[in-house]
Amino acid sequence: MASESIALRVHKSPLHVVYECVATADHKKIGLMYIVYALLFLVVMGIEAILMRIQLSHANATFLSPEVFNRLFTLHGTTGVFFVAMPILFGFGNYLVPLMIGARDMAFPRLNAFSFWMTAFGGFFLYASFFAGGGLSQAGSAPDVGWFAYAPLTSPTFSPGHSTDYWTLSLLLAGVGSIGAAVNFIATILCMRCPGMTLSRMPLLAWMNLVMGGLILVTISPLTAAQLMLMADRYIGGHFFDTAAGGSVVMWMHFFWIFGHPEVYVLIIPCFGFVSEIVPVFSRKAMFGYPAMVAASVSIGFVSLGVWAHHMFTVGMPSYGNAFFVLTTMVVAVPTGIKIFNWLATIWGGKIRFATPMLFCIGFLFQFLIAGLTGIMLATAPFDWQLSASYFVVAHFHYVIVGGILFTIFAGFYYWYPKITGRMLNETLGKWHFWIFLIGFHLTFDFMHIPGLLGMPRRVYTYEAGRGWETWNMISSIGAIFQAAGILIFVYNMIVSYFHGALAGNDPWDAWTLEWATTSPPPDYNFAGVPAVRSRRPLWDIKHPDDPDWKYE
Amino acid sequence: MSASPAVMAGNDTPWVLPSRGRVGMISLIIAESAIFMIFVAAYIFYIGKSLDGPTPRQVLKIPIFITVCLLSSSLTMHWAIATLRKGKTASFNVFWLITLVLGAIFLAGTGREWQHLIYQEGFTIQTNLFGTTYYSLVGLHASHVTAGLIGLTIVAILGLAGKIKREHSERCEVFALYWHFVDAVWVVVFTVVYIVGR
Repeated sequence: MASESIALRVHKSPLHVVYECVATADHKKIGLMYIVYALLFLVVMGIEAILMRIQLSHANATFLSPEVFNRLFTLHGTTGVFFVAMPILFGFGNYLVPLMIGARDMAFPRLNAFSFWMTAFGGFFLYASFFAGGGLSQAGSAPDVGWFAYAPLTSPTFSPGHSTDYWTLSLLLAGVGSIGAAVNFIATILCMRCPGMTLSRMPLLAWMNLVMGGLILVTISPLTAAQLMLMADRYIGGHFFDTAAGGSVVMWMHFFWIFGHPEVYVLIIPCFGFVSEIVPVFSRKAMFGYPAMVAASVSIGFVSLGVWAHHMFTVGMPSYGNAFFVLTTMVVAVPTGIKIFNWLATIWGGKIRFATPMLFCIGFLFQFLIAGLTGIMLATAPFDWQLSASYFVVAHFHYVIVGGILFTIFAGFYYWYPKITGRMLNETLGKWHFWIFLIGFHLTFDFMHIPGLLGMPRRVYTYEAGRGWETWNMISSIGAIFQAAGILIFVYNMIVSYFHGALAGNDPWDAWTLEWATTSPPPDYNFAGVPAVRSRRPLWDIKHPDDPDWKYE
Repeated sequence: MSASPAVMAGNDTPWVLPSRGRVGMISLIIAESAIFMIFVAAYIFYIGKSLDGPTPRQVLKIPIFITVCLLSSSLTMHWAIATLRKGKTASFNVFWLITLVLGAIFLAGTGREWQHLIYQEGFTIQTNLFGTTYYSLVGLHASHVTAGLIGLTIVAILGLAGKIKREHSERCEVFALYWHFVDAVWVVVFTVVYIVGR
């Protein structure tokens, strides 16, 4: 059965594949396009990171000019958030959510295609700035204002040419795509569930995508609004962020971080979904504390809307403002802690299989905990006054984004690749990938905290010798090479396994959610008949009719 | 070859889910509200912070007539949907057209106000902070009214061609949600711009 559909897949002509990609409104194809698109940009942002690490590996380096360095960190950050992390999560969500809730497709298939193409166009548009960003004045090419683009650096005076406009417009486009995707996720999850799939029986990944969708609605929109204001300032002479006319630059900070902080949760919450699907299957136990997990995620979503100004402690807010944002930020730790304990309790006493998806999840649990702890340190305003905008902050958020988000995305790849392609990823290569990437990650980001504590500011293109920063930076740069090697193994594994991997069959991991009930890869129509569900683990019920879950729930 | 062994005997209770059109539109409205919220926040923050004139009191007149028009269009929209649900397509068309006309009057009124401000008062988006926030907030709302009018016109044409039937009442209702939202936003914009800010 599986081999047949694989054979069908191989015989399509390239032109036919291109036509299918452009014309499709199928959630699986769009999901795959999101993922491939995001992987392409993952490589691009990785190359940018390597270039910056070479420049910073020793003091007084001249590998990159200051101008190029500014462009690289701006593009690295912008690409990573908007054109790697978000599309990859939308891709997995698109592919998996309809399968997991037993639906034929997303609620609005054409809106889905529109959202993808808007996001895709936004990314290509951003990189087109390399060719056209200088404008007629031949000012700098790519945007160089940093990923949060503080005013007044973005004003026409300080950013001549069009590079900043490329940044603004590309995020505006991607923002429209993201809002479309969020609308689609919410409508799909609430309105397309198969019979019996009540909200309390829904897989946690679907729940997390629902929370993510809700968060996107209220976080990406403020960014869109702020970008409209910035465009008004740059093009038609508005004064929103123009201090000469009485405007406020702190206003931009507020508007950006009202988007910027919940955005972190937009990215991490679907990753919680991955962990919540993978950990139970590889511990051979049902998820511990399902309702608490849902409640914790929803409350993280709400609390995250009221923490943004912890990015702005050094701006000089009134003490009440500081105290409020310190407290709300620390409150986030409570539901997050509940989730960590739930995952640990799921693993506890389980019959653990240390396959690659599980390894990445365990790596996530440790690293996300540490990232949360440095987060609590930075949430303390006086501590933040010392270390804001230092490499300590850079190390902290890379711990979240690489150690948390990227590790779970890798786990997701190893777990669902068999479903998507019909073939298993090579387990030996997977373990090499895990260990080499793990070593690289810790070399780079553990040691990056230290130059931050020693006072090294972020976004400097080089530094003087003799400040005690050289060794730590050299170690971080060496770690980057390990990470790149890990990624190369991963890419190689995906390509080789696509053609030569072991056949997966419908359900290689002996899992319990509905996506494993259909073939690998699933047919266009997903399920031949409409599935009916009576518990949180519908596939367990089918496999064990004598001892189904619904008797106990 | 069966692709899915997952079909199981479910229980016989009817399985009812919310309408995806309505959920989708409500989600869109939440996103739009967030955009407006940021523009309103900017407006309120910048009240009285312009370095030079004109001030709102010098140039703005309270647009009572067009406000009444826009708010009553919500009512006629509601009646249009209610009659369509009963299958009375003729009266649906009448109410829908009245809604369209009321919306168009509102937009024309905003246009006249802007023409007066720009050509008589010489007050533009570049003049001062008040100009920047006023034109962007009112303009953002007016662009939403324009989008609504385009939708209203399409449905009106289809309705006059006899294509809108009782079974389309849910779709029209989803569109009506958007129109009610545009009206509700005007209440906020009106309060902030013409009452609080003046």
